[in-house]
Amino acid sequence: MHTIYIMWLRELKRYFRSKSRIIGSLGQPLLFMLALGYGLGSVFRAAGDGSYFQFLVPGIVGMSIIFTAIFSGIQIIWDRQFGFLKETLVAPVSRLTIMTGRTLGGATVASIQGIIVLAISMAFGFRPTDWWLAPLALVFMLLVALLFTALGTGIASVLEDMQGFQLIMNFLVMPLFFLSGALFPLSGLPPILAGLTLIDPLSYGIDSFRAILVGSSHFGLGVDFLVLALVTSAFLAIGSYLFSKIQI
Amino acid sequence: MEPIIEVKHLVKRFGDFSAVRDISFAVEKGEIFAFLGPNGAGKSTTIKMLTTLLRPTSGTITLAGHDPARDPEEVRRSFGIVFQDPSLDDELTARENMDFHGVLYGVPAKLRRTRIEELMKFVELWDRRDSLVKEFSGGMKRRLEIARGLLHHPKVIFLDEPTLGLDPQTRNHMWSYLQELNKKEGITVFFTTHYMEEAARIAQKIAIIDHGTIIASGSAADLTAQTGTASLEDAFLKLTGSAIREEESSATDRLREHLRVRNGGRR
Ligand SMILES: Nc1ncnc2c1ncn2[C@@H]1O[C@H](COP(=O)(O)OP(=O)(O)OP(=O)(O)O)[C@@H](O)[C@H]1O
Ligand SMILES: [Mg+2]
Repeated sequence: MHTIYIMWLRELKRYFRSKSRIIGSLGQPLLFMLALGYGLGSVFRAAGDGSYFQFLVPGIVGMSIIFTAIFSGIQIIWDRQFGFLKETLVAPVSRLTIMTGRTLGGATVASIQGIIVLAISMAFGFRPTDWWLAPLALVFMLLVALLFTALGTGIASVLEDMQGFQLIMNFLVMPLFFLSGALFPLSGLPPILAGLTLIDPLSYGIDSFRAILVGSSHFGLGVDFLVLALVTSAFLAIGSYLFSKIQI
Repeated sequence: MEPIIEVKHLVKRFGDFSAVRDISFAVEKGEIFAFLGPNGAGKSTTIKMLTTLLRPTSGTITLAGHDPARDPEEVRRSFGIVFQDPSLDDELTARENMDFHGVLYGVPAKLRRTRIEELMKFVELWDRRDSLVKEFSGGMKRRLEIARGLLHHPKVIFLDEPTLGLDPQTRNHMWSYLQELNKKEGITVFFTTHYMEEAARIAQKIAIIDHGTIIASGSAADLTAQTGTASLEDAFLKLTGSAIREEESSATDRLREHLRVRNGGRR
């Protein structure tokens, strides 16, 4: 218990200490939110789908969560390179505990990042349809954050160094983001694209944010929850298995 | 006396390169044991296998009654280690690094606080306790790692070139602390170093490894007697040759090594 707490605390300390990381990782979501939100607003309205900005914000919240979460998970590569990983790997605690603490920490950080983006979007005029559902939104944000931190941890456990990082960004994170329906509605898509969005776990995450924040959902909140919970459990299990197999 | 570390026919291959080739040795409980050898001999690789960080290719290890490959968690409960390579979290402060270690190793809060203060004063970093580690010099980081390694009192402590880059004051200080700990609590000390006078002075038993094979072992006196030399440094040079180690050993080197293995350095 103590170990999980200290691993969690470490992630938070590192996050709050690097102001540049916080600000830097806000830049991209803000750019997407403002440029696309205002830029495509009139097209979207003309198509009869209402306010694009309202539609987009949950997607951008999802975007900042997935980026921060995978990045947190991938930190293991840095820890390996700077040597700190060894210190945790020889400690007399199970690797499952270590992995749990790290993942919870990374997920907390990612959720905070999502909350910051949500708060900023409100400054630009975003309004959730029902304030009473805000706590529920938090639950789903944490779930999505957990899912992708575990994914990042799993990937980082099998990578030796940072060489693979760019590869992951371009061939995993970007596709996950663009195919998630963060930027466009999931209905009426060409079949192949629709199929891809169906197997992207982030689709269900962003769909759940929309269900809670703006009251429109493609899959339904129940389905979202089931899929997210299942995939998160699977990634946690795979992630801890791979983490337990790390050799140095 | 009973061995606390027992290694039998241990082999580690990376691809087709053998870093450790069939070594066997034992370390008695409460002993101070030095593991010496030129660069690239296989010392750190052996330590990594003993400390559950690497899986052996073949052979068996018993550490405090357990096998690191089969029962890593049990083994991790019985040792502490100061690594050769950096292992601090640069983004945390010196004290946070200590505290983190204390929690990981289950040192009770009160004992943790007093011991952290004692050890950080001991390595003269108490004044810098709240500085981020990334602001430290190389020697300061090393001192912090040593203090951290001593925070919990395990059955066996591994020190992989602990004194590298340390000034003589800190070095002496550290060894007397370790000898004290060894005497008072019976902690077994397993260390590597390239300072031969240090090994001769501190270690009760020495094993010399070269190209992944143990070529001699015994007390410092045994080794000098065996080789007919005056000091451990001379004995070491005589046993391992004076060629500087390259990534690939030359053909003559390999031949020499082959002969030596065949003619059997004492095991
Ligand atoms: N992960 C690895 N992959 C491939 N080769 C490795 C790996 N780790 C170590 N080696 C090789 O194994 C050999 C032994 O390395 P090791 O680190 O055990 O040497 P050492 O005795 O600790 O040397 P030093 O005194 O320089 O610390 C070296 O030739 C090294 O290049
Ligand atoms: Mg070494």
